Amino acid sequence: MKELGLYIHIPFCESKCYYCDFISYPNKRDFIEKYVDYLIKEIKMQSEKLKNYKLKTIFIGGGTPSSIDAKYIYNILEEVYKEFNTTFLEEITIEVNPNTIDEDKLKLYKKSNINRISLGLQSSDNNILKRIGRTHTKEVFLKNYKLISKYGFNNVNVDIMFNLPKQTLDDVKKTIDFVTKLDVKHISFYSLKLEKGTPFFDKYKDDKFSLPSEDLEREMYHEGIELLKNRNFHQYEISNFHKKNYKCKHNLLYWKVKPYLGVGLGAHSNLFSERWGNEINFTNYFKAIDDNRLPIFESEKIDKNMEISEYVILGLRLNKGIDKRIFYNRFNVNIEKIYKSQIKKFESEGLLNNFNKRIKLTERGRDISNRVFMELLT
Amino acid sequence: MKIDERRSRVRNFSIIAHIDHGKSTLADRMIEKTGLLTQREMQEQILDNMDLERERGITIKLQTTRLIYKAKDNTEYIFNLIDTPGHVDFNYEVSRSLAACEGALLIVDAAQGIEAQTLANVYLALEQDLEIVPVINKIDLPSARPKEVKKEIEDVIGLDCEDIPMISAKDGTNIEDVLESIANKIPAPEGINNDPLKALVFDSYYDTYKGVIADIRVMEGCIKPGMEIKMMNTGKKFEVTEVGIFAPKQIPVDQLNAGDVGYVSASIKNVSDARVGDTITDAENPTQKALPGYKKVTPMVYCGIYPAEGEDFNNVRDALEKLQVNDAALVFEPESSAALGFGFRCGFLGLLHLEIMQERLEREFDLNIVTTAPSVIYKVKKTDGEDIVIQNPTNLPDTQEIEYMEEPIVEASIMSPTDYVGPIMELCESRRATFKNMEYLEETRVVLYYDIPLNEVIYDFFDTLKSRTRGYASLDYELKGYKQSDLVKLDILINKEVVDAFSIIVHREKAYERGRLIAEKLKDVIPRQMFAIPIQAALEKKIIARETIRALRKDVLSKCYGGDISRKKKLLAKQKEGKKRMRQVGNVEVPQDAFLAVLKFDEDK
Repeated sequence: MKELGLYIHIPFCESKCYYCDFISYPNKRDFIEKYVDYLIKEIKMQSEKLKNYKLKTIFIGGGTPSSIDAKYIYNILEEVYKEFNTTFLEEITIEVNPNTIDEDKLKLYKKSNINRISLGLQSSDNNILKRIGRTHTKEVFLKNYKLISKYGFNNVNVDIMFNLPKQTLDDVKKTIDFVTKLDVKHISFYSLKLEKGTPFFDKYKDDKFSLPSEDLEREMYHEGIELLKNRNFHQYEISNFHKKNYKCKHNLLYWKVKPYLGVGLGAHSNLFSERWGNEINFTNYFKAIDDNRLPIFESEKIDKNMEISEYVILGLRLNKGIDKRIFYNRFNVNIEKIYKSQIKKFESEGLLNNFNKRIKLTERGRDISNRVFMELLT
Repeated sequence: MKIDERRSRVRNFSIIAHIDHGKSTLADRMIEKTGLLTQREMQEQILDNMDLERERGITIKLQTTRLIYKAKDNTEYIFNLIDTPGHVDFNYEVSRSLAACEGALLIVDAAQGIEAQTLANVYLALEQDLEIVPVINKIDLPSARPKEVKKEIEDVIGLDCEDIPMISAKDGTNIEDVLESIANKIPAPEGINNDPLKALVFDSYYDTYKGVIADIRVMEGCIKPGMEIKMMNTGKKFEVTEVGIFAPKQIPVDQLNAGDVGYVSASIKNVSDARVGDTITDAENPTQKALPGYKKVTPMVYCGIYPAEGEDFNNVRDALEKLQVNDAALVFEPESSAALGFGFRCGFLGLLHLEIMQERLEREFDLNIVTTAPSVIYKVKKTDGEDIVIQNPTNLPDTQEIEYMEEPIVEASIMSPTDYVGPIMELCESRRATFKNMEYLEETRVVLYYDIPLNEVIYDFFDTLKSRTRGYASLDYELKGYKQSDLVKLDILINKEVVDAFSIIVHREKAYERGRLIAEKLKDVIPRQMFAIPIQAALEKKIIARETIRALRKDVLSKCYGGDISRKKKLLAKQKEGKKRMRQVGNVEVPQDAFLAVLKFDEDK
């Protein structure tokens, strides 16, 4: 039986953060009940084709999954457990906003078998939080973090952002210091990217001075990595850090190009040599399910060459890089044969290390990884 | 006779106007008013039919249309409007339209008054004995001062303005006055239908279905399908397959008579067989003397045009050939560059002409091209006594081989409100100009006359002039002659290698400043790369300016999960495409627009 990851999208939140371009609607909360009904229908439809898969991980993301009533989360997961083979289920994550969590929700999450919580903190500076459109404070975060621990969730991730407007290197270090003093097991450490359609894009695209310079941004990144390392957080991906034994198993499926199914509005899947994305507006999503169709918005066939280049591009995001033997076993071809000239060139430019058993990016290679990936894409 | 009676109702005219003075809007209103097109069919500014023209709000290529106007005297007039371009670079096109007309409408903006180029075009029209009908437009503007402008037209041009139409093309006010003036003031064409055919080709272009189409003005005789015609310039003969008029789309008619404006197609395969300015005559009964044609234009500005990808060389040549057909001002010949490979050295009337051609190559022919720094034509006296002409700075001999050099000087007239005389003088002085004279047009407006090296005019002079005078000043110039000058070649080194495509010839006193500006500019336009890149400017092998493009520090996508992968692949593909559009110079990737960008400085920064 093959392993499968399941992603469940909850497209609701209390308010949109200024940098966020995820599919999430703060003002469509009337749709929650109907949406959950349809989501459950979609899970049923999909599961019928996946009877010979065993579920390994579940990730409930958004939006803010904690912003909806926990009974919905319970109902959704109940349906998943009913329809899928869960014998080998290892990791069930839910994304939580520090402002929208309480004891009752945590109790139900526990009852739903959720065993990993991902908390969006972003910064420990209340002024910065306000500036980027977060509704919580450092104090609320701390209070609810303690509550989460009290309910026995010991596998907790915290999201931290850098490269934020008017942020200093010191702000970044303080946030890392604050988070690593807690008993969290995983940290995602992201650089802000201005995405089209967000308030930040319009505000800062022509304003070079309010955002950290390219040099400062890299300083934040490298010093952040250094500090995290000192606090026993090991980097295993461009933006992800774990304490021993606490990598995020679900996200690893993406980077290793393993099968995953995404359900809900705008969710993406990679299965049966195809990548597809779901409908991104409610009307079309509901309509498809009413018509007993899968709510697919766009899809792309992945042939072997494309799969290979995806595997390389995503695999090199990992600090360990690509294991040549695993590559060979999967594709029946030697990676050095396919990318001979590129590997040589990147090695000479100091962007890539070609060891006996694996190929991986150097630190410099990670900094400008798009330049490498661009030439590995077929 | 019927044909003579009809001819007495024909009015052939052009419109002379400065850019923005409302020529196209007035043309639209006239089309509307005469009922040629219903309002619904009207596309705004119907005559500017190239995308480029619409975007820039200027007219480059001629457009012709026929309007039927029933005047107050109950006569039905046949108007042929031949549109003209309004920019200094395109005087040649103006003279082409004027030669096909008996009259011209002169449109003057009620707020801005007469502008330098308008005046230049009026003189062109007067030279050809055209009847000029002045019109004051934009009387709806709060800043309109029609009385003063009227006086200005009377004083400066010496036109009778007693019953001058005061209109607002935008609002459609008094458009009828204009139509009446055309009918009453512009003379009907002369010409005898029974005389041998004599028709002037004022435009020609290729049509996929009909072959080459020549836009003509019949001066004498008539032309109809079945007739064998002869091109007097080339001597080639063709059988006419169709003649017609513009309404504004082509509509076939039985025949075109003396005095008519229309088109002819005659299974002509090569546009070069129907050259603009040529005279068409009847092959069996030819006229004795060809029409004078047009003043030959000479390019003033040269630059290299290279295909971005080498394999497009032939496509670029084909495209240039096609453009040249109805743009006699464009010249080109093959050349090669160490940095850019094989391409063409092309001559243009001015910078705008150059930019327009560059954009047309990209848009109309879907070509990806690189343009090098423009240069004027220098004359070099070598120490061995030989005289040579330099269009490409790379070909300049070594300093020790040069006895002296000469550069082209233009006589420029700049018209402006008196408020900006100071800034204009400052600008001209900084461009090595020699002050000649200043004339008051009226109390608040002047014309300044300067002799300026053309080399200085092509370095962003026009844009700087506009920005320093808030768009009020206008410029016109013509070549005066050559003058000895202390000129040197400025080389640009990227990553320690001279890039020939960036070399320019400058006055020695300007070399340091120009070198510094170019190095700074290149630092801005060349994106950071994997390694640090020194940019240097050198004069006679001595480095005079240096900048460094620091190595790229970051190009990474922070977040990449399940839903991001397809999008990320698209971004990488796009980035890869962008990289392809870069020019590899040594091991440095230079964006294609960098080659022209080095000339655009905002001096006021």
